[in-house]
Amino acid sequence: MILQVDDIEVLYEQVILAVRNVSLAVGEGQVVALLGANGAGKSTSLKAIAGLVRAERGEVVRGRILYQGEEVTRRAPQALAARGLVQVLEGRHCFAHLSVEENLLAGAFARPRVSRAQLREELERIYAWFPRLKTRRRSLAGYTSGGEQQMVAIGRALISRPRLVLLDEPSMGLAPQIVEEIFEIVAALNREEGVSFLIAEQNIEVALRHAHHAYVLESGRVVDQGPAQEIARREDLHAFYLGGQAAQG
Amino acid sequence: MEFFFEVLIGGLLAGVMYSLVAIGFVLIYKASGVFNFAQGAMVLFAALTFVSLLERGVPFWAAFAVTLALMVALALLIERAVLRPLVNRSPITLFMATLGLSYVIEGAAQALWGAQVHGLELGISDEPLELGGLLLSQFDLFAAATAAVLVIALSLLFNRTRIGLALRAVADDPLAAQAVGVRLQRVWAVVWAVAGFVGLVAGLLWGARLGVQFSLSLVVLKALPVLIIGGFTSVSGAIVGGLLVGASEKLAEVYLGPWIGGGLENWFPYVLALLFLLVRPAGLFGERAIERV
Repeated sequence: MILQVDDIEVLYEQVILAVRNVSLAVGEGQVVALLGANGAGKSTSLKAIAGLVRAERGEVVRGRILYQGEEVTRRAPQALAARGLVQVLEGRHCFAHLSVEENLLAGAFARPRVSRAQLREELERIYAWFPRLKTRRRSLAGYTSGGEQQMVAIGRALISRPRLVLLDEPSMGLAPQIVEEIFEIVAALNREEGVSFLIAEQNIEVALRHAHHAYVLESGRVVDQGPAQEIARREDLHAFYLGGQAAQG
Repeated sequence: MEFFFEVLIGGLLAGVMYSLVAIGFVLIYKASGVFNFAQGAMVLFAALTFVSLLERGVPFWAAFAVTLALMVALALLIERAVLRPLVNRSPITLFMATLGLSYVIEGAAQALWGAQVHGLELGISDEPLELGGLLLSQFDLFAAATAAVLVIALSLLFNRTRIGLALRAVADDPLAAQAVGVRLQRVWAVVWAVAGFVGLVAGLLWGARLGVQFSLSLVVLKALPVLIIGGFTSVSGAIVGGLLVGASEKLAEVYLGPWIGGGLENWFPYVLALLFLLVRPAGLFGERAIERV
């Protein structure tokens, strides 16, 4: 297991309960989907794992998180990034006033002490995955399209050669064709570079098609899990997304 | 007409002095979204330390180096003792912390070096120089040249170095910067150290002009209109804002003074800033969010 989350509870501002009971695991080299409606606790779970909840005045108050077998609960995000765990935030969060290339280079801070030559090499590697970014390398990220920004965000995370990438809502606001393209690249990265992914998604259909395993979240709890193909066959799955059951939780 | 130009250029050059103080604010505001009220105290601390070392017989450049080292140490101490425990708190909390900090630094400076007024001689005479028929202050020209060098150095630091990239990333989106592993604490320490250096340069020039004394820390108040006009997030904005404030207050003093009474230059910049707040709240060069529709 590259990642194991045991029964965590997350509070924001010491009162707002965002995640009450989440346990999950990501195997080495796996793509795992985290499904659920808006507000089910997907983003908070990811941020808790990456150590980013504290930057938003949140706190993991119970449970523990193991990364590569070592407890990392409440570890600083930089320390985790240095060890190969990075998050791509929901809404992409590109550095709008930096160029596409500068955005990618900023991702390399996760790994201290890389030479300029190495940086160039890594940059070319990212451009090989996302050829479209190479043509737009000098543009300010803020002026690129939504799909390109998502590619910048993913490329920026990948430049430090992470082992586990937490992807939050990569399909948000993108045309179906672009979503497909991005998921294809994620699947290829997983196959060819062995990067593990934990992907929070509302677009269940695409997510399940590319994932090995899936967890379903509702009101801050894991309510279902299983191999992606099995979950995809469940008929009641869509009910979670219509909010019918979430309202009762 | 010659007189007009003399007043104008004199004002512009005086404005550069305001810019020097304002740049220190811009650096810290960009990197952490905090208005650092302690910048004035840092200016005082730097100037007082420098002049006290000089009076104890330390040579000029040695005193400069020691003071600079002290400013960097101060920045590291502030990051460790004040900013780090307050990370992720609201900007107003951090602002209050810098307010407290300014008293601590002022107190420390005076406890260390005493509270008397010191004269500071940089070896540049304040005699007017005749250039193309205009009488200009040598000292002001020197200050302007220093500011120019400083701005070029800062822009190289921001745009050509790795730490500069980290700094711009943090300024742009702190959460995303943390997510990809930028060390926020290190960026803050660097920014405060650079602001300390800018404070030292400003402290020397202002100290030479006004004498090194407690009221030096009040130059922050002069930097405020400069920041409002130029924008809190832009170094070039601080320069342009300073020039505008300097030129307009001198022109107002000379040409409006006789009509509505003297002492105009003390409050004119604030009126100008108020007008800017009404018309262009982000300032001339303030960064507006890029939003796609």
